[in-house]
Amino acid sequence: MADFVMPSLGADMSAGTLAAWLKQPGDAVKRGDIVAVVHTDKADVEVEVFTSGVIERMLIEPGTEVPVGTPLAVIREEGAAAAPAAPAPAEPAPAAAAAAVPVPTPPVAVSPVPAPAVQALGVTPEHRLLISPSARELGHELGIEVGVLEGSGPGGRIQRRDVEAVANAREAASKEAAPPAPPPAVPPRVAVPSVTPLSPAAERNAAMRRAIAASMSRSKREIPHFYLSQTIDMSRALAWLGQENLRRPVTERLLHGALLLKAVALALREVPELNATWDGDELVRRDDVNVGVAIALRGGGLVAPALHHTDELTLEELMHALRDLVSRARAGSLRSSEMSGPTITVTSLGERGVESVFGVIFPPQVAIVGFGTLVERPWITEGQILPCPIVNASLSADHRVTDGHRASAFLAAVDRLLQEPEEL
Amino acid sequence: MTQEEIRQSVLQALSDIAPEVDPATFRTDLGLRDQLDIDSMDSLNFLIAVHEQLQVDIPEADWARLQSIDELVEYLRGRISA
Repeated sequence: MADFVMPSLGADMSAGTLAAWLKQPGDAVKRGDIVAVVHTDKADVEVEVFTSGVIERMLIEPGTEVPVGTPLAVIREEGAAAAPAAPAPAEPAPAAAAAAVPVPTPPVAVSPVPAPAVQALGVTPEHRLLISPSARELGHELGIEVGVLEGSGPGGRIQRRDVEAVANAREAASKEAAPPAPPPAVPPRVAVPSVTPLSPAAERNAAMRRAIAASMSRSKREIPHFYLSQTIDMSRALAWLGQENLRRPVTERLLHGALLLKAVALALREVPELNATWDGDELVRRDDVNVGVAIALRGGGLVAPALHHTDELTLEELMHALRDLVSRARAGSLRSSEMSGPTITVTSLGERGVESVFGVIFPPQVAIVGFGTLVERPWITEGQILPCPIVNASLSADHRVTDGHRASAFLAAVDRLLQEPEEL
Repeated sequence: MTQEEIRQSVLQALSDIAPEVDPATFRTDLGLRDQLDIDSMDSLNFLIAVHEQLQVDIPEADWARLQSIDELVEYLRGRISA
């Protein structure tokens, strides 16, 4: 038997709330299957299982907050015998033996899991629900079960207007059902609360800000940052990209951000100490290059999930994975392995016209790369001043694990790689 | 396809990408990027959604000069009827 536990979805996460089960006892699962949704301060995260087998029983009820590492379910591994359906009461064990083999006790034992909790989140075990983030949020706020709605969007996607239509119909029905109210003889007394309660969306934003504050404060408190920047000539990269996109259908089009991410991933192979984590008091180099991408969320806040094996992806694969990651981040359906796996983070504020960004490192990572906007500047090439598209690349790094010499080698590698875009 | 049908398809695609669009205040004659907090990924997803709805592939160079929904609808009308 194996325990499926509350995962750590970030260095500062100490507990999480089980939002929903997506599987039931008796369901077969294989490594990588999504079995639950966990609510953290930053996002609702789909949690994968890392053991193949059959779910024996659930231990935690949706809505329960438990510490990281708490067993949530028991999985019977492939080949293992099933547990008896109704185990006979065990003989009381001798006190000495019980003391010698301590058995962890789950905080709550609940089985089976009620199905409505799954539907309340808008996800069914059989398939993912196509729904816009706005519609999901409105459904939550109005208490409308979005899982049963028929969407009017492409492919049956549930839109905000679908939820509004249900709300309007509900309101109209309640007006019809209610008898007309007599005019009040005396103006009613209205209790004015001293503090206006936050909406669910505002509360989620506040929780996210608290989580970001905790992580960033810890970073600036513990990590001795140092900063470098380099201006990179993007004329070759953009010329190549323009030609590539001319021959591609819009569905296969590349963004220049994909080139930047790939260049960072390949440069990390040359300066591997930046692809690492600081665990306690030592540097742990990571074999896999999992670049975290800082993604701004609609309505505020950000998350930085990982693009796994970024260095091994072709540009097409990387672009596809990036589109998928951004869409899911903004729809609130990231996966646990994406939240816990980044080995470095890339952030870009170029969309807003910012020329340089010097980021704060996400612990336990040891570096963050920033890109500014693409802008034309005078550039001297072979003795001539010509207009040239440039981008400013910056690096914030942890001085405990590296120094300026190695960090500058990393930025130089990013620059060099971008001069040969066809090789990315 | 009429201009109004094209407009509805475009607005549908836009609401998929930017659900916060409020039809009551959104101006189709003003710049899209000036009114909405959309980035390059949103723009690409919007173009893909338009493509899926209207079967029109908008080149990057054309997209760069299209500012408002009205301009986009006019452009698409020309492409569809061509």
